[in-house]
Amino acid sequence: MSEPRTLLAIDHVSKKFGQVTAVDGISLDIRENEFFALLGPSGCGKTTLLRMLAGFETPNDGRILLDGHDIARTPPNKRPVNLMFQSYALFPHMSVRANVSYGLEMERLPAAEIRSRVDAILATTELVPFADRKPEQLSGGQKQRVALARALVKRPRLLLLDEPLGALDKKLRGAMQLELKRLQHEVGITFVIVTHDQEESLVMADRMAVLKDGKLLQCDTPHAIYEHPADRFVADFIGVMNFVPGKASSDGVVAVNGARIAGKVPAALSPGAPAVASVRPERIRLFPSGETANRTTGTVEALAYHGLDLQLHVRTPLSPKPFLVRVTADAADRRPVASGDQVELGWDAADVRIFEE
Amino acid sequence: MAVVSTAIATLLGTLLAIGVEMRRQYGMGLEALIFAPMIIPDIVLAIALLSFFSMLNLTMGLHTIILAHVVFNLAFVCSVVRARLKSFDWSIVEASADLGASALTTFRRVTLPVIAPAVIAGALLAFTLSVDEFIIAFFTAGAGRASTTLPMQIYAMIRFGITPEINALATIVMAVSITALTLSQRLNRGIIGQ
Ligand SMILES: Nc1ncnc2c1ncn2[C@@H]1O[C@H](COP(=O)(O)OP(=O)(O)O)[C@@H](O)[C@H]1O
Ligand SMILES: [Mg+2]
Repeated sequence: MSEPRTLLAIDHVSKKFGQVTAVDGISLDIRENEFFALLGPSGCGKTTLLRMLAGFETPNDGRILLDGHDIARTPPNKRPVNLMFQSYALFPHMSVRANVSYGLEMERLPAAEIRSRVDAILATTELVPFADRKPEQLSGGQKQRVALARALVKRPRLLLLDEPLGALDKKLRGAMQLELKRLQHEVGITFVIVTHDQEESLVMADRMAVLKDGKLLQCDTPHAIYEHPADRFVADFIGVMNFVPGKASSDGVVAVNGARIAGKVPAALSPGAPAVASVRPERIRLFPSGETANRTTGTVEALAYHGLDLQLHVRTPLSPKPFLVRVTADAADRRPVASGDQVELGWDAADVRIFEE
Repeated sequence: MAVVSTAIATLLGTLLAIGVEMRRQYGMGLEALIFAPMIIPDIVLAIALLSFFSMLNLTMGLHTIILAHVVFNLAFVCSVVRARLKSFDWSIVEASADLGASALTTFRRVTLPVIAPAVIAGALLAFTLSVDEFIIAFFTAGAGRASTTLPMQIYAMIRFGITPEINALATIVMAVSITALTLSQRLNRGIIGQ
């Protein structure tokens, strides 16, 4: 496979609002045809970064290169980039069809071409029955599809989506995540989506960037970020993680109670420095048979079924917070556990990640 | 007279309202200034305008009446349009730019159509106020017989006793005012109902 082409290069971009630095020296490459997610807690600068890509904010510093040309100062109406607004921003006085046609009319395309392109996108987004309705006569999911159709019909080089699923209820959200992914494949346009929902970006993105306080913490595939978080914040923010605080040693972490957690220690951590060892809930085995590098016993405090698997809260001497353990329902059937039971937990050194505290 | 001053006031009032709402952060002083003509008693405004016009050595006439009416109508149009803009979703203006529209096209195809009911309501209100306004017109008209508004005409005629013509004229003024005011209310209610 050939090296994927870079479509958009964000190069040391910063944006300040008075005293607040909303985006702080971010550099990122977004590749042709990928589904890219910007993920971070609320207020970390996601919207600001996206608005700079769309042209509504001008960076104080840095360059934004689209196909190698700096567009940082190009006004929004002159960029081959479209934004799907968080609030959808549909024109309330226009029908669905008029909303979708608007962008093509601005390009002064022939009426016949506008008509056929609008018809095609209305069909793709399953909006044909609603073409003559006004936005106020649509449900949340339908409005969201109109906003999407209105941006997609322009065939932008890059489509920006600001929390596109934020206003939808949970069930509809799951369906729309897959729908967006399917659409992106179908139209072959690069998507950059902003979200504060880590699960959403894990499900949808080809690659993702994790932001905090305007800074880029990590940029990689969801799998790589999940398995090898760059720091403690990312480990905690993405998925669920059990942490054991303590001090670094040469081959792991010594917990407060003196127990040793074996794992690979990052080179930057000198022995004795405050450190935290972590392990994902699904990597922990209940009553492990045979040797495991790490073992502890604990008391089950609570358990909950989640369809195929069982989640246990286990109080251990290793950390002040109970361990979260996920086992398959099969494993749980083989040796049933109940609240209050003493259990034995084990996990491998290879599944332990150690971070600076 | 009423038509011209209404047209000018509507145009300026709408633009002013948009300008104020877009730059809301420098608000308070400007806000007071815009509302001033609504609050100041007509007679005070009339005298102030009269002395202002004579300071500039303007010849009085229809044009000075129009100017004076624009001053106080502006405040009314502006406040009606601003009330609408308070609930205006500015992201649709950005969406329009994002889809490739210039600032002018955005105003013509998005901003104006959305706020149109408020603009018309403001215009009707201004027109109503202008048609039967007497004091300001009286002060700024000057001596010329050519420049009389309807209420001034009625006032001039009343000095010779109440004639059927006066009754007829008064009825017309009232009918026009009530119609315009009702229409304006209708439109405004439509906006709130949205
Ligand atoms: N127009 C603005 N003026 C002043 N501060 C702003 C503006 N837009 C965003 N900010 C600030 O910048 C920071 C990042 O905001 P934002 O990009 O909206 O974050 P996110 O979308 O990740 O929640 C916040 O602290 C916010 O208060
Ligand atoms: Mg945001």
